[in-house]
Amino acid sequence: MNAASLQIEDVAKSYRNQSGELVALSSCSIEIAPEELHVIVGPSGCGKTTLLNAVAGFQGIDGGLIRLGGETLCTAERPAEPGADRVVVFQHSTLFPWRTVLDNVTYGPVIQGRRSRAEARSLARERLSQAGLAGLEDRYPAELSSGAQRRVEIVRALVNEPRVLLLDEPFRGMDQITRDLMHEALLELYDRARPTVLFITHDIEEAVFLGSRVTAMSARPGRVKATIEIDLPRPREAGLRASARFNELLADVLSLVHDEASRAFVAGDREAA
Amino acid sequence: MRRLILGILGCGLLLGVWYLAVDVLALGRFGSLPPLAEVLTEWTSHEPAYGTSLFTHNYYADIWISVRRVLEAFVLAVVLGVPLGLAIGWSRRFRELTFPVLELIRPIPILAWVPLAILMFPRGEQPVIFLTFLSAFFVMTLNTLLGVQSVDRDLVRAARSLGASPRDVLRTVIMPGALPYVTTGMKIAIGVSWFSLVAGEMVAGQSGLGYLINSSYATVRYPTIVIGMLTLGIVGFATSAAIGALTGRLAPHRTRAAAA
Repeated sequence: MNAASLQIEDVAKSYRNQSGELVALSSCSIEIAPEELHVIVGPSGCGKTTLLNAVAGFQGIDGGLIRLGGETLCTAERPAEPGADRVVVFQHSTLFPWRTVLDNVTYGPVIQGRRSRAEARSLARERLSQAGLAGLEDRYPAELSSGAQRRVEIVRALVNEPRVLLLDEPFRGMDQITRDLMHEALLELYDRARPTVLFITHDIEEAVFLGSRVTAMSARPGRVKATIEIDLPRPREAGLRASARFNELLADVLSLVHDEASRAFVAGDREAA
Repeated sequence: MRRLILGILGCGLLLGVWYLAVDVLALGRFGSLPPLAEVLTEWTSHEPAYGTSLFTHNYYADIWISVRRVLEAFVLAVVLGVPLGLAIGWSRRFRELTFPVLELIRPIPILAWVPLAILMFPRGEQPVIFLTFLSAFFVMTLNTLLGVQSVDRDLVRAARSLGASPRDVLRTVIMPGALPYVTTGMKIAIGVSWFSLVAGEMVAGQSGLGYLINSSYATVRYPTIVIGMLTLGIVGFATSAAIGALTGRLAPHRTRAAAA
């Protein structure tokens, strides 16, 4: 398949504002294997979204190197352009409100000229029905529940067969029940297509339930604190959350993140995205 | 149905107040206005005392010339204003170059343009159409610009990450995203078009409903003034409704979401 490795090597990024320089990322290195679902978890302000934006090509970096499938994707001198090999799913819905579900899903393949409209449509129908979204093809996004919108958006991303799928806190703000269902829906899509995934969140339980590996980041400056292997078998189901191993891993990640969060909390740092 | 009945009732109330205040009681200053009965008789007369009624050719000639001017100016304003608004919203450099100019010119009332309009276009249709165009043009440009700026930045990012080039983004994200503001702009623009048209016809015209009203005042044909005014109301309402119906078809996702 298309799944590629993603290597983040020694990446640095700072922002300037009135009060001086804010170091968002400093010597940040992460290696993600092909077909891995890698979760980065950390408190607000740890630079995890900055990192994702750099991979997506929305923002440049000040130092270091990012490689995709072994090839240089971006450096400080040469920022990446956004592209369909690195599709992003955002915190809030970015489905095009004036396009039906079907036309949203076909957007990528058609605009890239990779498929004819008819081909893209039949592919989109197939993928939507695999995701349990059959029958919604002709609805507009505003006519769907937030959970269905999210799933359509993930299908819209995967239909491009990206080399890495970038998920930026996609289930933030959902209620617990919906979110648990979304986790299972995402894992089902993941197990089917096996893309490389970079998933960003500040929810530790979400990180452990979804991830093949979880990287905890520290804030100010954003740096990798540790990466933990999540040795839970796939496919993963809801019952897993009650298992002893799940809770052990949860405690491990929690202790890593908690130290950092409380340090920032005591220092009174203003939260930044 | 209830809306229609209440609407008709409201119009009836206005006519009733007019009839009472002018025809029956001749209250103070209302006494010098044309009475309702006289206006209605004149409007529907086969042989109008002052020369303008539903049965005279010149009445429809004036309506037609005004409608034609408004539509010409409106179409020109849309055709020029929308691309300009898109360009100003899309290109930062172009915005920094042109936006201050636009903001300086826009507050100048349309009547202040009359002398220049006549100097530039000494004859015929052109000065009136120019004035009408100008006011609608600013509305269209500004609304399109606001529409471009209203597009969620993450929609642009999402499109880019799905493989769209900047040109694709303009066509498939910015233009449909700005559309609700453009259609609102069109509804406002058709209204200000009538406003400027009448102003233009009164000072620089030789025909049209604005000219009819103004010349009727000068020649003491008072009922004709009111006929002209009421006709403006009806025709203006009709053009606005037509634009509303036209633009409603452009955004099915909105009408459907509203119905759901």
